[in-house]
Amino acid sequence: MADEIVLLSTWPSMFGMRVRVALAEKGLKYEYREEDLWNKSPLLLMMNPVHKKIPVLIHNGKPISESMIIVEYIDEVWNHKSPLLPTDPYQRAQARFWADYVDKKLYDIGKKIIWSTKGEEQETGKKEFIECLKLLEGELGDNPYFGGENFGFVDVSLVTFSGWFHTYESYGNLSIETECPKLVAWTKRCLEKESVSSSLADPHKIHDFASEVRKRLGIE
Amino acid sequence: MGEEVKLFRSWSSPFALRIVWALEIKGIEYEAVFEDLSNKSPLLLQYNPVHKKVPILVHNGRPIAESFVILEYIDETWKQVPLLPKDPYERAMARFWAKFCEDKVLTSIWSAFIKQGKEQEEALVAAAENLKFLEKEMKGKKFFGGERIGYVDLVLGWLANLVSIFEEIIGLKIVDEEKFPLLYSWMQDFAEAPIIRDNWPPRDKMIVKFQALLDAAIASSSSSSSSSK
Repeated sequence: MADEIVLLSTWPSMFGMRVRVALAEKGLKYEYREEDLWNKSPLLLMMNPVHKKIPVLIHNGKPISESMIIVEYIDEVWNHKSPLLPTDPYQRAQARFWADYVDKKLYDIGKKIIWSTKGEEQETGKKEFIECLKLLEGELGDNPYFGGENFGFVDVSLVTFSGWFHTYESYGNLSIETECPKLVAWTKRCLEKESVSSSLADPHKIHDFASEVRKRLGIE
Repeated sequence: MGEEVKLFRSWSSPFALRIVWALEIKGIEYEAVFEDLSNKSPLLLQYNPVHKKVPILVHNGRPIAESFVILEYIDETWKQVPLLPKDPYERAMARFWAKFCEDKVLTSIWSAFIKQGKEQEEALVAAAENLKFLEKEMKGKKFFGGERIGYVDLVLGWLANLVSIFEEIIGLKIVDEEKFPLLYSWMQDFAEAPIIRDNWPPRDKMIVKFQALLDAAIASSSSSSSSSK
């Protein structure tokens, strides 16, 4: 019996993109449904009543929410191809730790850069953002990927933020390449993979999207 | 081959307590290293340079930080008395509820305790909404893990002890037995379960500690509101 996979997401969401990357890594066919977050579909509200957020993966009718939980689910169910987590428990713990670090820090700090109206908050955000990226760059070291020789769980968690780098740079007046050249080299390496390049949205379109939201919020 | 398991904790950290429970439920021998969080040891800073927090599990010299990460590591390394279910969908659900408990329930209940006035009212409303979801999830189950304690129970376990301490200090009900009967009875069952009940930190010390935190919060908020613009 064929698997029925549906992904509810929005095209600019770095969280939704993580799921797309994971599905592509596993070579899975799925139905993609674009959500309008200003007008959420009944399906979204039914499938994620707790948070009412995207992404939501619906596998044979059963919903899973929270992007890295979805990625881990995909990795466990389709474990015969392109494993994202390593097999060793200690290495798995390290991967979970760093994916958690990306989740805890990057998005909320990044928000200060793009959506903030106060200069001081934005300046703090910039500083913290670069500190985070530098720490992650240090963790990458000389490895091609966070997963070591292979693209893995932490790579999935972070690479989808790269589509937003241009937007962070523009509103934050910073250059991520200058501050973190190794990390930018890593994003380019990841983009050479079909699973990543086919899943990430165009950085300029993301910037236009951010600009529209800022206008809507009255901060542009 | 000797197994060396050390747990860096503090006397009161509810996050470290999750790991104490997990290790003891699985019958794993370990050495507890108590930290004074106002004066962190060089070893703590070496083992968790990123967050500088407890808990830290050190297994055969290798450190792991972040309680959720540690719980999964323990479950994968010592397979007796599993904490997470076997089925991938059930595992995803357990992880979802654990994250909900941490991001929403803990945050709103902490705010309900530490804030005053309108912010406290709003936090109490948010907490009640979050608790409704948990109440629904508890239907037909003794524990979130089913018949026995599991991952979500350990993550939410602080509720069974801290809520009554908070309620005593602020004189307000946070988990009303009438509104949340299933959750309320879970709190009793969990708090009195073997191993769980043996590890609660001393209640009188907890009351002193959290009263002091509340007093400090009130003092800082009234001093900032009395300063002129």
